[in-house]
Amino acid sequence: MLELRDITLVHPNGHRALDGVSLRVARGERLAVIGPSGAGKTTLLRVAGTSLRPSQGGLTVLDESPWRLAPRQLRALRARIGMVHQAAPLPPRLRVVSAVLAGRLGRWPAWRAIASLLHPLDSAGAQAALARLDLADRLFDRCDRLSGGQLQRIGIARVLYQAPALILADEPVSALDPASADGALRELVAQCEHAGATLVASLHALDLALRWFDRIVGMRDGRVVFDLPRGEVTREMLQRLYAGERAPAPDDLDGSARAADVPAPELMCR
Amino acid sequence: MTARTMAQPRDPLARGRLTALVLALALLWPALHIAQFNPAALFDATSLGVMGGFLAGFFPPATDAGFLSLLARATLETLAMATAGMALAFVLAVPLALVVTRSLSISRIGPGAGRGPAAALRAGARLVLTVFRACPEVVWALLFVRAFGLGPAAGVLALAITYGGMLGKVYAEILESGDTRPARALLEAGSGRIAALGYGLLPGAAQELASYTVYRWECAVRASVVMGFVGAGGLGQLMDQSMKMLNGGETSAILVVFLLLVLLADGISAVLRKVLA
Repeated sequence: MLELRDITLVHPNGHRALDGVSLRVARGERLAVIGPSGAGKTTLLRVAGTSLRPSQGGLTVLDESPWRLAPRQLRALRARIGMVHQAAPLPPRLRVVSAVLAGRLGRWPAWRAIASLLHPLDSAGAQAALARLDLADRLFDRCDRLSGGQLQRIGIARVLYQAPALILADEPVSALDPASADGALRELVAQCEHAGATLVASLHALDLALRWFDRIVGMRDGRVVFDLPRGEVTREMLQRLYAGERAPAPDDLDGSARAADVPAPELMCR
Repeated sequence: MTARTMAQPRDPLARGRLTALVLALALLWPALHIAQFNPAALFDATSLGVMGGFLAGFFPPATDAGFLSLLARATLETLAMATAGMALAFVLAVPLALVVTRSLSISRIGPGAGRGPAAALRAGARLVLTVFRACPEVVWALLFVRAFGLGPAAGVLALAITYGGMLGKVYAEILESGDTRPARALLEAGSGRIAALGYGLLPGAAQELASYTVYRWECAVRASVVMGFVGAGGLGQLMDQSMKMLNGGETSAILVVFLLLVLLADGISAVLRKVLA
């Protein structure tokens, strides 16, 4: 349902963000992409989400070839892909209820979208999505009243409300405390199990990757270094993956410092 | 090492900035010459006397009932002309701005199919906006006065076209200048441009858009006065008559009304900004 065949992406400035990446993800699979900063994780997710067009290689998303579709069909395909951004792209003055309902804009006609901006047409649906992330009480707050971690959870609630067939998550819990991070991933996983959706997430927190994902893909310098079921990932692989890097990226320290620090042995030797 | 011997790192922008400054001065100087700008003439004894006599005629402002009722009627006409013209300009400007705004382009994501035609459409809409605002409204008004005859209708149409061009251009620029990532994220999730505008761009830009619109309405009031001089009715036509009859009192009364109208626009703008904040 998601397949990358020898994908290369060269940015206009000449930087080779992805260098011959091949990856096949089956329906309902949960895959974590790990690797040092600048490894190409975000680019990989953006290519899979059809927001970046690869320079070379073949791409299949939800059984479609996105860049061969007519504009209308491409939009319909995009409406079935949900992206959790590392920094939730929410205008400060937007109300939380609208920010969550925006998840379904791809399926709503324009009149409904504008009407809902003036008076929310499905505040119950938005509240239900927020409740799964313990934010139901912030329904009618403005986004600029919320902390970074709360905004990140609003971004997740938007994707839960969208109910897409493919969820792509770029560092979805980087701004969350350990308990909220675990809870947020649990909800994403529950959504996938409930709706038969596929989840591909980039993560810095290795313990979370190993707890919630079936399959771990290690990336470095735009290439896939390993692609294994979680039980087969060894400590040496992780050390080599992060070799020469300052192991914990600063934004992990609140997330799961212990795991990101240097992978703990008991996690590695499962 | 002491601070004295420490070399300051060279600012890589310094040279470009200095060049820009020198260039601006080099262009400005001949412009002042060509415009025959000579501040000394302002303080010349004879011109001071002429101006003083002209201004002295302004006092006291005319307050007789007949003139005031004329003034009220002309004010209403000017306000109506400005408001109707702005409303039409808004209707023209919004769809064009929506087309021109690059951050609302779906085909730019990727980039995808149809990027070339979309860019051509944007350029076309931009050209339409440029043509609209290239002529001053008073020139359009002169044209339309010949078509519709004397009266505010010509002014309304002239305002609609020129201000449509200005509003469309500036709306698009305001929408571009804010954070465009929310809109981009929505487009990437399959949303249409209007929805992306509403949920991604408007929340951040509404305040500025509203205050610019009210400011333009204020300009439209002034512009409709100018168009009155060429026969489009309202305060301008009244002022034209008063000045031709050398009636300083009436002229100053009209000027007081201008001041009140600008204060009114300022008040509306402040209230709107507060509501949208």
